[in-house]
Amino acid sequence: MAWFKRDKQGITTSTEEKLEVPDGVWWQCSSCKKTIPTGDLIENKYVCPQCNYHARINSNEYFNIIYDEGSVKKLFEDLEPKDFLGFVDLKPYKDRLAETKKKVNVSEALTVGSGKVNGHKLVTCCMNFNFIGGSMGSVVGERISRAIDYCIQKKYPLLVISKSGGARMMESAFSLMQMAKTSAKLTQLAKAKLPYISLMTDPTTGGVTASYAMLGDINIAEPNALIGFAGPRVIKETIKKDLPKGFQRSEFLLEHGFLDFIVDRKDLKQRLTDVIELLMHKNEK
Amino acid sequence: MTYLDFEKPIEELNEQLDKLRKIGEGGKVDMTSAVSEIEEKIQEAKRNIYNSLTGWQRVQLSRHPERPYTLFYISKICSRFIELHGDRNIADDHAMVGGIGEIDGMSVMFIGQQKGENTKQRQYRNFGMANPEGYRKALRLMKLAEKFEIPIVTLIDTPGAYPGLEAEERGQGEAIAKNLMEMTTLRVPVVCIIIGEGASGGALGIGIGDKVLMLENTWYSVISPESCSSILWHSWEYKETAADELKLTAENMHKFKLIDGIIPEPVGGAHTNADEMASVLKKEIVKHLTSLAKFTPEERIEKRIEKFSSMGVFND
Ligand SMILES: [Zn+2]
Repeated sequence: MAWFKRDKQGITTSTEEKLEVPDGVWWQCSSCKKTIPTGDLIENKYVCPQCNYHARINSNEYFNIIYDEGSVKKLFEDLEPKDFLGFVDLKPYKDRLAETKKKVNVSEALTVGSGKVNGHKLVTCCMNFNFIGGSMGSVVGERISRAIDYCIQKKYPLLVISKSGGARMMESAFSLMQMAKTSAKLTQLAKAKLPYISLMTDPTTGGVTASYAMLGDINIAEPNALIGFAGPRVIKETIKKDLPKGFQRSEFLLEHGFLDFIVDRKDLKQRLTDVIELLMHKNEK
Repeated sequence: MTYLDFEKPIEELNEQLDKLRKIGEGGKVDMTSAVSEIEEKIQEAKRNIYNSLTGWQRVQLSRHPERPYTLFYISKICSRFIELHGDRNIADDHAMVGGIGEIDGMSVMFIGQQKGENTKQRQYRNFGMANPEGYRKALRLMKLAEKFEIPIVTLIDTPGAYPGLEAEERGQGEAIAKNLMEMTTLRVPVVCIIIGEGASGGALGIGIGDKVLMLENTWYSVISPESCSSILWHSWEYKETAADELKLTAENMHKFKLIDGIIPEPVGGAHTNADEMASVLKKEIVKHLTSLAKFTPEERIEKRIEKFSSMGVFND
């Protein structure tokens, strides 16, 4: 359940992970290296027009892409992380939280929005990879839990957009139990017969994969997203072999039966609309 | 008898005791008082050591090479046991065992990870690391139990779900996730007991129950202290510190209300008196299953959801 990335200098924690979308005028694709004006990138929903590379984006960008203009409001923003254990590794968790909050424009590793998608009500829990690697702390679990209650109360469908390195170690077993908590809450959503769409984006790993990400009525993913339980490095060290090309990518998961379909970001809004309309046809009449 | 590093004082005293006894057996010198003096010292050393175990020392005890495993407990607890195999899809996972046992005339579905006792067995059991088919086998047995209204006991002892290539191909994440959701709404009583290592999602995958209990010298956390050390401290050297920071002991887990109770072990750990441990375990299982039987399935499910939903700490 690692939310870090190793490089030659050692390990760069994802707290320092930069949003791939820059503030500058130009953007360079990290896949095909083509440079395009940032405005064109945004116009193209943060997807490289040359190679279809889907840049990593967070909740604000996703909400702009899927929701009808001006329809979305954020929910449960007042829930804040707490360093209950007084966890200290190379730096105190408390400081890590404070630094992260200063650096990013989201309040936790998951933001809840409620709004309209082509006129249909939809609640979205969207993970933010720039907040401690999109790690699953207590606030992530609680926001999902409250979003589910909200869906049940309002009879709205739920979309979760996952993008996570897995557990938040600094919350130890509390982090682990968010897997149990979110899965337990999803049984209530299922009982209410409200659709749950799980969209997996790059990367979706660890405890998130082993709980709500894989539990959708409909499981979908963006192209070429890394999706798995164990991280590729851990697997490689365990089996002492190189991993096949495309291993743990969206297309691999589709091939092995774990996804319903892969969706390009430009088609996301329409596909969500279709799924909601087809699954909730009885409510429409 | 294998001694752990922190048990060295006890090992030395035991060696002295053996020597004295041998001399005493020679019959030339009376060693009775010397022997009882050492015996007292051993008791004192044990009290000192085992009353103030650190997190890392508990981790070591939970992995003690002589520690009893799932099938041992089942054989001691049940008057009859039929082991059941296979997930009906891919394979029979030897790291995840299960079957129907009988305790005091009552049928109980047992499910748990199984570790091996020697090199060959350890490989056969994949070191207690289940593949997706293990979690699916567990779910199949749970559904079987539900159908015949048989309560479920899971015995958890794993260093984690297996991080292998085929495991990913066959959906390790999906298999665990599905168990979490399905176990939440099982209509029969479910008691989960950590008997050794409770590592992360691999443990939780059979860990959703009405009562979740830990043996005294076990650990339960989101990551092993070694991996945590390697990730957060960028070195393998901080496992003791990581174990402390993770607060992974039964005592902490109970204090945080993330588990429902602690089952005491014999002084020195379960392996020092495995039969006694099994008998304590049996009493605990019977006690909890009896009290859970008083509720309706709906009541149990509601309480289960309520319990897991309330886990988490945040500022509101
Ligand atoms: Zn490109």
